[in-house]
Amino acid sequence: MAADATTAPIMPSAPGSGRASSLQRVARRRSTIAVLMTTPLLVVIIGLVAYPAAYGIYLSTLNRRMTGFMEGEWLPTGLGNFEILLESETFWAVAWQSCIFAITAVILKALIGFWLAHMLHHIPSKGQRKWRGMLLVPWVIPPALSTLGWWWMFDPAYSSINWLFQVFGIPAVPWLGEKWWARLSIIIVNVWYGAPFFMIMYLAALKSVPEQLYEAAAIDGATSWQRLRYVTLPMMANIISITVLFSLIVTFANYDIVRVLTNGGPRDLTHVFASYAFQVGILSGNIPRGASISLFMFPILAICAFFVLRGVTRRNKEQM
Amino acid sequence: MSATVATNRDMPSFYGKAGSLRSERRWALIWAYISLIFSAIILLTPPVYMLITSLKTSGEIADQKGNPWIVRNPTLENYWELITNSLFQGFFINSVIVTLVVVALTMVISIMAAFALARMRFWGSQVLATGVFLTYLVPDTLLFIPLYQIVGGLGLLNSIWGLVLVYPTLTVPFCTWIMIGYFASIPKELDEAALIDGATWPQMLLKIFVPVALPGIIAATIFAFTVSWAAFVYPTAFITTPDQMPLTIGVVSQLVRGDVFIWGQITAGALLAALPPVIVYAFLMDYYIAGLTAGATKG
Repeated sequence: MAADATTAPIMPSAPGSGRASSLQRVARRRSTIAVLMTTPLLVVIIGLVAYPAAYGIYLSTLNRRMTGFMEGEWLPTGLGNFEILLESETFWAVAWQSCIFAITAVILKALIGFWLAHMLHHIPSKGQRKWRGMLLVPWVIPPALSTLGWWWMFDPAYSSINWLFQVFGIPAVPWLGEKWWARLSIIIVNVWYGAPFFMIMYLAALKSVPEQLYEAAAIDGATSWQRLRYVTLPMMANIISITVLFSLIVTFANYDIVRVLTNGGPRDLTHVFASYAFQVGILSGNIPRGASISLFMFPILAICAFFVLRGVTRRNKEQM
Repeated sequence: MSATVATNRDMPSFYGKAGSLRSERRWALIWAYISLIFSAIILLTPPVYMLITSLKTSGEIADQKGNPWIVRNPTLENYWELITNSLFQGFFINSVIVTLVVVALTMVISIMAAFALARMRFWGSQVLATGVFLTYLVPDTLLFIPLYQIVGGLGLLNSIWGLVLVYPTLTVPFCTWIMIGYFASIPKELDEAALIDGATWPQMLLKIFVPVALPGIIAATIFAFTVSWAAFVYPTAFITTPDQMPLTIGVVSQLVRGDVFIWGQITAGALLAALPPVIVYAFLMDYYIAGLTAGATKG
């Protein structure tokens, strides 16, 4: 750039040179301005995401007092925290619970969201706005707060859901007191919170399927199941996979619902990675151990992120 | 469930009679309304039940005999006690300060960066745009422990300014990403015309891009607002004393004390804390939804 600037005055003053040098000036200013404008973003990404992520990896290799690396018995020095976790029964329970929770919740959210979007798409478009507005309310309330309401509905002594069950002659359920019921409760709350998001995404996708495709299918005598299978689903495949993978990331890393609803109980059986890392790292003060627990989330998140990115890029190419 | 419906509906149309086709449509419509009403009841029950509880006196809540779903003596006492409670007012003020500062910072950072990334192609701009999207996918629960150490090292633990420092990790990537999408959809002719008229790049951004992409800016602002208002992981990790707590963590941790649950106040507090995002949503629903769906469809 500097070289260009110095050569410019030497050039003979042909009619075009004035324009050329001013263009160069624009170009020079353009790149400096662009760098200046992206600097704050770079500070956020590098300083508050990339650096902490690297620092988290470093932290996970330290011993509890953070005076040196954590020794391992069969793993090399620095991986001692991972060794202890891999040998701990509680940790494996947490890992299983995280996977069960995330996979079940995401599948349910995707199915319910798809069903809701389909039903919404069916009704006359005048009423759709009103219904959509109502059905999205769970997504709008901050989850930590709405979970308080669920907690109160699951309350062992005064559970209002059990009261309704009793009216219909269904025996009372120990919602948060028993392992599998507590796990189910967490999934219910997460599905309640997340299904409307799927509904909105799928509804947007349904609306973007060209009407002619359905007309063509109808002329060919397709049943509504065939229309769904051979027209709707292929057209929506990309958005479905993006939404599912995105939701898998968010659900897998969920913290607030577990924290408010069960706080890991009964007997640490409902902890997911995030809440367990919080308990070990912040509450018990073993920061390196906590950091290594949350690092276990990384592989699955990285895989999901890779496929989300691929889906989004493909989608952009289609739209161009 | 939909499979059984599909067969019911398709039997008549299989024979291709116009009249039965219409009745097929009608049944599909009735079925759609039934499912929508059913799901609306389930989806709205928790907030409605919170409202019911918040209108009860402590005595009525403790009374186990009656129907918990009705209010016998509605009272606004719980709300009044919270509104006049200086602790709760403090939570509210903290939330407002943190959210306003974070939203302002986020919008300035992401609009500038998105403009540069969408329009001023420079070395590495493509990589950076992808990097922005990837950072959006990094969840806060992966970073809160190292950030706890970093914020602690800066002496900002237990201060709302520590929150102001870290919240941009939640908001900036997504807002930048959707603003890139909105800016990219503005026709190139517009900036060429501006350049010919002698506009500088900052002028172009402020006089052309910001007004044209206003719907996108509103959507991104709503997103930044709801995310910073609802943030939970960072305040739970960083804040320990009530005077620095924002609303979410304040309601969850301070109104639940030991074994004594004042459920009337807890639900009233939760509803009051949820009110700002709900109001924004009620008035700007279309922008809210545009921002929600933009993540996967724009950019």
